[in-house]
Amino acid sequence: MSETITPITMPKFGLAMTEGKLASWSTPVGATVKAGDEIADIETSKITNGYESPAAGVLRRQVAPEGEMLPVGALIGILADADVPDSDIDAFISRFNESFISDDSGSAGNDEPTRKVTEVENLKISVQESGSQHDGIPLLLIHGFGGDLTNWMMTQPALTETRRVIAFDLPGHGESSKDVGDGSPVSFATTVAALAEVLDLQRVHVAGHSLGGAIALELAKTHPDLVASLTLIAPAGLGQDISMTFINGFIEADRRKTLEPVLQQLVHDKSLITRQMIESIIRYKRLDGVIPALKTIAETNFHDGRQAFPLRSVLETYSGPVQVLWGEQDEILSVAGSEDLPDAVTVIRYPDTGHMPQLEKSPDVNKAIKNFLDSGNS
Amino acid sequence: MSKKSFRQAINEALRQEMRRDPRVIIMGEDVAGGRGGTSGVQDAWGGVLGVTKGLLTEFGEDRVLDTPISEASYIGAAAGAAATGLRPVAELMFVDFVGCCLDQIMNQAAKFRYMFGGKARTPLVIRAMYGAGFNAAAQHSQALYPLFTHIPGLKVVVPSSPYEAKGLLIQAIRDDDPVIFLENKVMYDEEEDVPDDPYTIPFGEANLTREGNDVTIVAFGRMVGFANQAADRLEKEGISCTVIDPRTTSPLDSGTILDCVADTGRLVIVDESSPRCNLATDVAALVAEEAFDALKAPIRRVVPPHTPVPFATILENLYLPSVEKIEAAVRSVAAYRVKEEV
Repeated sequence: MSETITPITMPKFGLAMTEGKLASWSTPVGATVKAGDEIADIETSKITNGYESPAAGVLRRQVAPEGEMLPVGALIGILADADVPDSDIDAFISRFNESFISDDSGSAGNDEPTRKVTEVENLKISVQESGSQHDGIPLLLIHGFGGDLTNWMMTQPALTETRRVIAFDLPGHGESSKDVGDGSPVSFATTVAALAEVLDLQRVHVAGHSLGGAIALELAKTHPDLVASLTLIAPAGLGQDISMTFINGFIEADRRKTLEPVLQQLVHDKSLITRQMIESIIRYKRLDGVIPALKTIAETNFHDGRQAFPLRSVLETYSGPVQVLWGEQDEILSVAGSEDLPDAVTVIRYPDTGHMPQLEKSPDVNKAIKNFLDSGNS
Repeated sequence: MSKKSFRQAINEALRQEMRRDPRVIIMGEDVAGGRGGTSGVQDAWGGVLGVTKGLLTEFGEDRVLDTPISEASYIGAAAGAAATGLRPVAELMFVDFVGCCLDQIMNQAAKFRYMFGGKARTPLVIRAMYGAGFNAAAQHSQALYPLFTHIPGLKVVVPSSPYEAKGLLIQAIRDDDPVIFLENKVMYDEEEDVPDDPYTIPFGEANLTREGNDVTIVAFGRMVGFANQAADRLEKEGISCTVIDPRTTSPLDSGTILDCVADTGRLVIVDESSPRCNLATDVAALVAEEAFDALKAPIRRVVPPHTPVPFATILENLYLPSVEKIEAAVRSVAAYRVKEEV
């Protein structure tokens, strides 16, 4: 009987999440859903995100009321066919709750990312790997200016189901060394290639966001054999414009009040910028060496308020598959950068989306990457 | 990034600054332990509560100085060493012992810059334990930060968590003025995520640990955690609070306090130091003077009674501000209505 009842539990968005708030239900009790339909909004200390139904069925119960904070894995709702009697559902809920033990350690599955610090050319590089049990070409994720590997918190877990996924902190960012050399895409790409060697990666799919996109392009230019495909998310290097209000504001703002409007430029839905997100960036910026590193990168890449490293030509010479994903309301790097690209390049533009589609439209972006990598290109 | 205790956070701050800058030395009673006896044991204690453990081993006797039990001599020596180019971190053990060396702090270190026309630098840090709740009795339990706050020329830091402690201590060591760094002795085992790399938190910049619309709570040191707990419970009753951790009592971020009171119109101040002329009276005076028009209710202070800290556990617990006392104070200002004039 219970096979026809599917528990919906508090999801785990990213490594750090131990609990989440059921912000709101997007599906009423009694509605029929397909797998992948968004059924609720889940709010964590870092982000609010839509939660997709894991299966098809009728949403029979909303066990968690809106506004309730629950540990990861706790029961929030019940999916079942319409003909499953209420008594069975009640019995299922009480059995589930009796046996549920909150697991803060996050050791729920073997897809759990592992984080470690790797030595790469005298730099400490903080790396987070997941899905190492999968064969096939791994996916390497490169974040952008001022970001870190947690920018992929919605991406890495979803793509790990079928693939080894490696995210890392660029030099100058996150928990990696703060020495950025001249801060150019060339210098970062050299470090990324060295990291690939240390991790013994002969061939990787590369997804790069923003400045990470330019680094990915540079990597494809200098190491075409290493790069199996390119997914460029709102990448630098394809246009010339850059919001210096953002770049300078990010470097200068050191209090929550002044940083919040700067970070809000990253997203179309401004409510996505949470207190916790702002706090974690303030904490990052307090680390020794971060401000000089960011200033070097800005000076090298965005001197005179324009992008200094045009990389469009890489798309003419690089022979692997390329897709470009971009939010139409990007306030940092204009979506115009996705225009007039070679025909072979797949371009997806997301409406009502800012500079971080991998957070703002994570289900769509995850699907796009998955389909792209699975469609015979890997 | 890993979980670290308040004790580990302070130890790591000292260690990283000693590695970074050879001028940083530490001195104090028992900071290494084992000296002076016949056992030959070195680095046995790392201070009475183990905060400086391991530093002697890494940095040696030239930089980790176990001093005689004479606050006047080694605090004076530290002030002189600072004035002549080192960056000493002297440990006073219990802040209650300040009476033995107050001249060295108040009349010497705090005055050097001023008396020498701005030409002298005194990069001295004095660390000490403060606070009740440890069953250490009246002579080892006081929260004397108001005493130091009163003296121009000193900077005074009261960290509220392990993350705050590490960043503020590194800032203190790099600061060119004398800094009094006070650690609540009940908090040494509290843990939270603390970055492994060095970082600094600027002085005079308050931290909002909660943001709400109804009541502003200003709390110091260990009381910040109490205020957060009270705010979380009150949220469920429909009273939303802003909690301000000023981090440093001198300089004091009066701007943030006034901004928040302007938003909420109600103020509760939580201060575990003796209630006369403490930080609660100081902040209350500031707000009464600068934000009178914003106030919708009287300012409430959650403070201990004006007595020595009792030794008996029951009395000591009664003495200290508590989460319940903070909640009651917040409820009373939230419910307060100005009487209409007839």
